[in-house]
Amino acid sequence: MTAPLGKDLIGLEDLSADQIRLILDTAEPFKEVSERPIKKVPALRGKTIVNLFFEASTRTRISFEFAEKRLSADTVNVAASGSSVQKGETLVDTARNLEAMRIDMVVIRHPSSGAAEFLGNRIRSNVINAGDGKHEHPTQGLLDLLTIRDKHGKIDGIKVCLVGDVLHSRVARSNIWGLLKLGAEVGVCGPETLLPRGIEELGVCRFRRIEEAIEWADVLNVLRLQLERMEMGFIPSVREYYRVFGVTAERLEKAARPMTIMHPGPMNRGVEIDSRVADGPHSVILDQVTNGVAVRMAVLYLLAGGRPELADAAKGSGGPE
Amino acid sequence: MAVEVLELAHGTGDLVLIGIQRRGVELAERIAKLIEQDEGAVVPRGALDITLYRDDLETVGPKPVIGETRIPRELAGKHVVIVDDVLYTGRTVRAALDELADFGRPKRISLCVLVDRGGRELPIQPDIVGKQVKVNGGERVDVLVEELDGRDEVVLVRPGVLA
Repeated sequence: MTAPLGKDLIGLEDLSADQIRLILDTAEPFKEVSERPIKKVPALRGKTIVNLFFEASTRTRISFEFAEKRLSADTVNVAASGSSVQKGETLVDTARNLEAMRIDMVVIRHPSSGAAEFLGNRIRSNVINAGDGKHEHPTQGLLDLLTIRDKHGKIDGIKVCLVGDVLHSRVARSNIWGLLKLGAEVGVCGPETLLPRGIEELGVCRFRRIEEAIEWADVLNVLRLQLERMEMGFIPSVREYYRVFGVTAERLEKAARPMTIMHPGPMNRGVEIDSRVADGPHSVILDQVTNGVAVRMAVLYLLAGGRPELADAAKGSGGPE
Repeated sequence: MAVEVLELAHGTGDLVLIGIQRRGVELAERIAKLIEQDEGAVVPRGALDITLYRDDLETVGPKPVIGETRIPRELAGKHVVIVDDVLYTGRTVRAALDELADFGRPKRISLCVLVDRGGRELPIQPDIVGKQVKVNGGERVDVLVEELDGRDEVVLVRPGVLA
């Protein structure tokens, strides 16, 4: 068995539909591990994983850390602040120094698009992208796919609309690649200034009005509005944004069918999403968080094993029957 | 085998049957049903996938299809009988023992296998054996069960011979 995902996980753009399905299927049994009295299996015992976070993150970092610990890996967290990065060390030097301490994997979050791939091409350890600039956030995309599959029983043919700041969102990009590969229909809805140009060429529909998006979709994935965008002139005001694009209970009541509501977090209640919707019966926002740990366990597990050269050497040497 | 399990456990009082994925789960189910027919008592049963407890992830790589693990709530004080189709190196049973220990502390654990093909690499022996067979290293013993394979059969697969 050769490495089923290759050495690194950089983005869903690089994966085949089969590889994405493999990760989702592998995540299923890992859900159960987190429900056990002892939430731990020895699969990655002796592996050392560094969580290298150059950008603030609570949910993603903790989720990766839980996933690593539940697989019995040893983990170290490095944050940019308080590390030698502040003294001007380059990314590659930081990683090479870590590698000199014999690590096996790096989980990296970085403000620059392409940072994860750059690193993956320069070190021997497996690299997992935990969000790089505006490029991708593949494990978020995967956990969104898993949550949609849980809720609707399939992904193929489901209509998913991403609402809000699609232009700057790595979550949106990973979602679009993953959803399209698995046969979902994808829409985007938001202010013209926050939707990428030419997105229709990917086969994505564009909605100008949130009401039209709600009419069309089975799932709304409401993206976080980064408040800095207002200062940068992308939207006139937060209040106006909520009035025009906010996902409110009133708007959803008019929908023909119940709508699954997702949000990658952290939420701005009263900006992109109404509290009544976020906490409502069709919200799967906390299921996304639960699934995040299972999906990350699956990715770590699949990347950790399967060194092709070892697999060849071991063939026929009598492993477990 | 169902009778032997019953004798070993001194009745159904503390008995829990745990099948090892995949064929062991079906075999445990059958043994449990036979005991239930004879005794009229419900036998708690579970399934165990030992993939994540294997000691050879590095060498054989991840096994993508991980089966379900479902363990009855309370194992403390129970007599757990592990059921598997083929006993070979003993490494699967070693992994199963480790995994069970993370779910609780049974008062006793026994091992029941349909086929013991010899070739142990660990000091592990079964308590109940359906059939003992001498099989050479390169050959494979496959147990087929109706529920999964459409027929009940034990097949000896020789290398280079298509099954």
